[in-house]
Formats: sequence, structure tokens, C-alpha cells
Amino acid sequence: MGNWDWQVFCKNTIDGEVMPRCFGSGGDITYLQWMLSAWGWTISVSLLALVVAVVVGSLMGILRTTPSKTLILIGNAWTELFRNIPLLVQIFLWYHVIPSLFLPLQKVPSFLLVVLALGFFTSARIAEQVKAGIESLSKGQRYAGLAIGLTLPQTYRFVLLPMAFRIVIPPLTSESMNIIKNSSVAFAVSISELTMFAMQAQEETSRGIEIYLAVSLLYFVSAFAVNRVALFIENRVQVPGMIGGGK
Amino acid sequence: MTVEEKKPDRSPSEATMIEIKNVSKWYGSFQVLTDCSTVIHKGEVVVVCGPSGSGKSTLIKTVNALEPFQKGDIVVNGVSIGDPKTNLPKMRSHVGMVFQNFELFPHLSVTENLTLAQIKVLGRSADEAKTRGLKMLDRVGLMVHKDKFPGQLSGGQQQRVAIARALSMDPIVMLFDEPTSALDPEMVGEVLDVMVLLAKEGMTMMVVTHEMGFAKRVAHRVIFMDHGFIVEDDSKEAFFANPRSERAQQFLTKILHH
Repeated sequence: MGNWDWQVFCKNTIDGEVMPRCFGSGGDITYLQWMLSAWGWTISVSLLALVVAVVVGSLMGILRTTPSKTLILIGNAWTELFRNIPLLVQIFLWYHVIPSLFLPLQKVPSFLLVVLALGFFTSARIAEQVKAGIESLSKGQRYAGLAIGLTLPQTYRFVLLPMAFRIVIPPLTSESMNIIKNSSVAFAVSISELTMFAMQAQEETSRGIEIYLAVSLLYFVSAFAVNRVALFIENRVQVPGMIGGGK
Repeated sequence: MTVEEKKPDRSPSEATMIEIKNVSKWYGSFQVLTDCSTVIHKGEVVVVCGPSGSGKSTLIKTVNALEPFQKGDIVVNGVSIGDPKTNLPKMRSHVGMVFQNFELFPHLSVTENLTLAQIKVLGRSADEAKTRGLKMLDRVGLMVHKDKFPGQLSGGQQQRVAIARALSMDPIVMLFDEPTSALDPEMVGEVLDVMVLLAKEGMTMMVVTHEMGFAKRVAHRVIFMDHGFIVEDDSKEAFFANPRSERAQQFLTKILHH
């Protein structure tokens, strides 16, 4: 314990000198600044991927509960494709393989490719949960929406989805937390996010323990914050008189 | 078994509201409805009964196209359900339906349940929809619960709200699919009272139910189904006094004597 040297974070990344007030000046940065910037990349990749995952995942999940065989097939194919290939392999596919097949993608920054890869991977899991949420509602709810004159899309929008999403908030929370943790694979294509920072800073400073502890803490804080936000939303949308929501 | 096509002796109006024409339906290779035909006139109250699995719930769900059928046709107020060009949502918006398990929207307050489709389907303003909805809520005697959620109401209350929700759309006909089967016995009365009131006001009603007391009080006609066939289709008086099929006789004996 006595050997720990937390001052490593105040060191200049160029010459290793400890900077006063821990922040570099004139273009120089300290390891702390580097780490915060890496945290920013982690959060950016995660949040953008989460948006992609929730939008695409919900859409695919909904398709799988429609009466149309074609739409069900599309939803099923999407889900199976993206959940049966390991995430790390999918990242490499997006980075190495797909741009060589679709040339316009070569101009797309690798940051966006990672967002798509992580987002689509997670969308398959969210599709599964949204589908389960919709199917957990009684068939009578769908009948009731249609019987009163709503179109099928309106029945989804006003009757089925509001309940289904309330039901799947807990698994969606897990997925949102997973996305933050899974964003660490972005290091594989040189996104300068937290894991990438940890590996490089560890190498430069030989202070692996301090660096990995700090990075772990930031991952923990980020995922925990997502969890709290989700809990807040869950409480806000609770329906009086429902199981678990009675007041 | 033959399909009875006898017209009721005292139909309230000669105008046809629902015409079910030789409807057959299969689930895979299993036939649930066989060549069902009947006519429901404007202002008529028709009770559909029969043992469970007889197809009566399926039949009533085909009337507003919630369940598809493979043969025959159904015409509701001049609109053919079987015609692929028919605007089903529009047709359904004129046909009120009440379900066995109420099927109120649990995430919406009672008032929102009453106004949702009025606003989204009929295009009424929020104020207009609320006025109309609360008027119907008052009719079923639940005005005090307007701001509650379905989960906070008893089964009987939920079913009355469901009836009010259907009535808010100004339906030309009301379909009831076993409206009291999921209720505790002491709540059956309050729901039946509302239905009796509706019947007496001249609402056209098709009611799948085992409540023979209700049938005796307000029905004009009783349809008895068994194994997907319409076995009897007769005036209430004729059905209760003298059911022709053996199956209906047995059914009545069992249902009335316990």
C-alpha cells in the first residue's frame, strides 16, 4: 500500500514531470486530463450506441410481434445475426471487413463504426426484451385497442408499447449498463477510450495498479449513474394500482 | 345439425345491423366455426350461449374482424368485413366491444381510457372527448372514480368503465364477450344492470353470456351454439319454453338447475 503513487495522474504525459494543480498548460496534458478525455470517449461511444441500440432494438422487437410474417422474419434475422457473433469480432468486422465491401464506409471515422457495432450488437438483445415485454401483455389488450378503432400502429403506440416499455425497464437498465462496460472493446480499433488509456498509460508510467483502479472507478461510477437514472425513470412512470406500483 | 335461419317473431326493426353469412373458420385443420349464419336487426338484443368451446366467443370476435374467418362474409351496417378494401379501424370505431377481462388500458387513468380513441380515432377535441366520456362514466355510476387508474378499481367497476369507454364512441351496436364471466359473483349484478339499461334504451346488442336471467329479461332472441355450429336461433320465448335440439335442452337443464 505504501508504494502507491497517486501523483502519477499529475504527471505531464510528455516528460513525466509532476505538474502544479495537476493540469498541464500550453498544449501539454497530464495523465489525469488524458483519463478524463478518455472517459469522455467512453461516455460518448456508450450513449450514442445506446441510442442506436434502443431505437433499432425496439423496432426489431416490435416487428417480431406484428401479424406480418415478412416483418417477423426481418426482426428474427436481425436478432439472430447480431447476437450470435462475439462483440469483439463484430467490432473487427465493422472496422476491417465491411468497409472493404462497401467502399463509402471507408470515409466513416472508426468512432462511428464502433458506435454502430456496439449499438447493433446490443439492439439484438434489446429486441429480444422488447418482444418479450409486448408478448407478456394479454392478447386482449391488442384486441381492445383494435376494437375501439385504433389502427395497428396506434394500438402499439398508445396501448401496447407504454405498458411493454414499463415492463422491460429493468432488463433495459442492465443493457444500458452493459453498453458502458462493453464499450471497452473499442480499444481494439484504437478509440482512445478508458481501456485504451489504461493500457497505454500503464505502459508509459508502470503504475498499473493506480491507473486500473482509477479506470475501474470511472466505469463503476458511469454504470452506477445509469442504474440510478433508470431507477428514477422507473419510479416516475409507475402506474398506480399495478403490481409493484401500488401506492 | 342444421343451421336455423328463422327470423325472430318480433324484431324491433326490419333494418339489418349485422348479417353473418355462412361463416366458417379454422385454426389450422381444426374447424371452430361451421357455416354460421344469422341476422341481427337494429335495436335487437341477441344473446349467444352454449358450452365452452362451442365457438361463441370466436363468432363474436369475427363480427368486428378481431378474428379472421376463411369462408363466408359478415356485413355490419352495410360494410362487408370480408372485403379487403374495407377500412377496418373505421368500421370498428362504430362497433363497441366489451371483453371478458375488461381490457382497460392500465397505464391510463379512467378519464384517459374514455377519451383516447375519441381523440385519436374520431378526431374529437380533448374537451369534447372528456365531456362525452364523463357523461358516459356518470351513466355507469362511476363519476367519483374518474381520476383513478384501472388497477385501483374492482372488477365490476372496471367492466362498467369498459362499457362507458365503448359508449363514448357513440357505437351503433355493442358486442359483449362474456362480460360477467371474470367477475366475482357479487359484482355481476352491477354490470348486468348497466347492460339492461342499455338494452331498454334500444341499443343493438350481441351478448355472449351464460346469464340466462339477463337473456330472459331483455333478449329478443337467443342463439345456441355447439361445436362451432349455430344449433338454435329462436325467439327468447321459444328457446326457453321449448328448445328443439337435445343439446340445448341438456345445456338449459344444467345451467338453470343449480
